[in-house]
Amino acid sequence: MTVLRAQGLGKKYKRRWALTGCTLDVPAGHVTGLVGPNGAGKSTLLGLAAGMLEPSSGTIEVCGGVPGSGPAQLAKVGFVAQNTPVYANLTVEEHLRLGARLNPGWDDELAHERIARIGLDPAQAAGKLSGGQRAQLALTLGIAKRPELLLLDEPVASLDPLARREFLQDLMEAVAEHGLSVVMSSHLIADLERVCDHLIVLVDSRIRLTGDVDDLLATHRRLTGPRRDVDTLPADQRVVSVRHTDRQTTVLVRTEAPILDPSWDVGELDLEDLILAYLTNPGVERPNLGVVR
Amino acid sequence: MIEFHLDGKSGLSPYQQLVRQVRHALRLGLLSEGDQLPKVKDVVADLAINPNTVLKAYRELEHDGLVAARPGVGTFVTGTLSGTSLAALAPLRQDLRRWLAKARRAGLDEESIEALFLTTFRAAAKEDIA
Repeated sequence: MTVLRAQGLGKKYKRRWALTGCTLDVPAGHVTGLVGPNGAGKSTLLGLAAGMLEPSSGTIEVCGGVPGSGPAQLAKVGFVAQNTPVYANLTVEEHLRLGARLNPGWDDELAHERIARIGLDPAQAAGKLSGGQRAQLALTLGIAKRPELLLLDEPVASLDPLARREFLQDLMEAVAEHGLSVVMSSHLIADLERVCDHLIVLVDSRIRLTGDVDDLLATHRRLTGPRRDVDTLPADQRVVSVRHTDRQTTVLVRTEAPILDPSWDVGELDLEDLILAYLTNPGVERPNLGVVR
Repeated sequence: MIEFHLDGKSGLSPYQQLVRQVRHALRLGLLSEGDQLPKVKDVVADLAINPNTVLKAYRELEHDGLVAARPGVGTFVTGTLSGTSLAALAPLRQDLRRWLAKARRAGLDEESIEALFLTTFRAAAKEDIA
């Protein structure tokens, strides 16, 4: 089951391509982390999936339909933009009423329970809320809508550590209980390591890496040994990054097979090492567009 | 019932950490046959962790014959890690003690002993694969 599928997807703003050649399959029922440097195209990809943007090239299909193509499609997809927009003149309670009117699957009990737990005053105007409180209100609307797919652009950036943990708990409960699929961008890799089981790395408007997190971790290794030329590595070991000192070579490879060469000291990577290796070495390997299974 | 925790500095993925914590509890006798593992929903709510991660860990434990899922009820311990290994543990520990004393007499410090153990352990594991 695929919840988001893109074929050669691209988006051009005036003369600049914000996203190009994006081919992707995001499986349903998973939490997908979207990472990349600022300006890599993360928000553009989420905007395209939500139907807030029109593709300049290629196609995108979300929950089996064209993004933003009608009321049925809009009901399936939730989107919380980076600036967590709310209506400044409406109160918190009015936001919940609006949510109930506009969304056929609205979970009113969850919405009110969450607002009470966070400690938001229902009578307060949304324009008077702090940045973190505003984000909490927007995220509550996103979860209570009960979409099939929830798109979150930097959802926890403005939250304090406790609020962040509580939000991720609510989100994971929704995934467990309702089979919600999530695609969320974030710079906080420690959070992603907890909650994400699927990963998309975007660099320079292109997809650099995508796949199941545990598969990716199982197929990447750090090899350390005496200095040598990486061209001598077996063909099934694809080099992600390489560093030499005068005596030593450290190379990060992607391979399905075990490392048999005894001259290497073989180390495993955590998610942060893996992501940083792809972010800091954009040129070594051809972009890998396939989904790893 | 045991309670899971996640260690950000362990170098293990969350799913590996859960598997290891159950195996550890079995080995120490904190969990024994018939005990229930925490419900997926509760682990998810406690740790803010992806439910698929918990399911994956439980599936691996099930595959190893240590637990069994009863649909709609929960996951229960069916196997044990302590029984057979406990008996074998004492003589092995004694051997290791003797070996450690020998290594110290040969002038190895703690780091060298650790490095020697690790490289030998890895080499042996590799021979098993090949």
